[in-house]
Amino acid sequence: MKILSLIVAVMTGAMLIYAAEDFPAWGDLNAPASKHLSPRFISKTYEETSIPNMVTAVLADYRGYDTLFETTVIFSAGITVVFLLRGNRDD
Amino acid sequence: MIEKSENIILKNISNYLVGFIQLFGLYVIAHGHGSPGGGFQGGCILAASYILLVTTHGIDATRLRFGEFKKTVMNSLGVFIYAFTGLLCLLLGANYLDYAGLSNLFPVDPIKARYFGTFAIEVGVGITVMSIMLTIFIELLIVKKDTTK
Repeated sequence: MKILSLIVAVMTGAMLIYAAEDFPAWGDLNAPASKHLSPRFISKTYEETSIPNMVTAVLADYRGYDTLFETTVIFSAGITVVFLLRGNRDD
Repeated sequence: MIEKSENIILKNISNYLVGFIQLFGLYVIAHGHGSPGGGFQGGCILAASYILLVTTHGIDATRLRFGEFKKTVMNSLGVFIYAFTGLLCLLLGANYLDYAGLSNLFPVDPIKARYFGTFAIEVGVGITVMSIMLTIFIELLIVKKDTTK
């Protein structure tokens, strides 16, 4: 069973590495992200949201749902720690 | 288990330092728009100030200032502020988390309303991150040493 798990893990890793070969190079100016996405946010963020910090604007405004559920994940992690560990204490 | 320190230098210096650390944390949260920072980073800095209190003054002294009940309330309060800001936008006729809708309630134009909506959710994120970090730290600290019995 351990051998099988190892084979599956190695195969999955090899597939991921093979797929990563097709990604654009780091900082490639002709990648779709650099060609369409970045100029759009750089030129439009301030006039659309009036937030000077582009990173915060993308994080909290354009990707508001993402940040909402990131916060919920942190909340769930903390609540889980409380449920698992409170009640095991000395006092 | 971290014992509370008997070193008077550590205690006195940390007394003064905690205020400045918290001020810096609030600055990082409030200036998340214009400079690097935001709710996650500022919340971690605020939690670090309380962790400094725990390591120098002990858990019991810290609990007097930031107790279990307060932590439990603030854990949920931050997420509530975030979700309620989104719901407020929905009630005011915009999409969920579309802060331009806040301009119907407050006297600002829709573009500027996005600025203040972002600030509201950063505050919510900061509150949750601060109290969750502190909760995890303290709960891991006061676990019983021998859990096999």
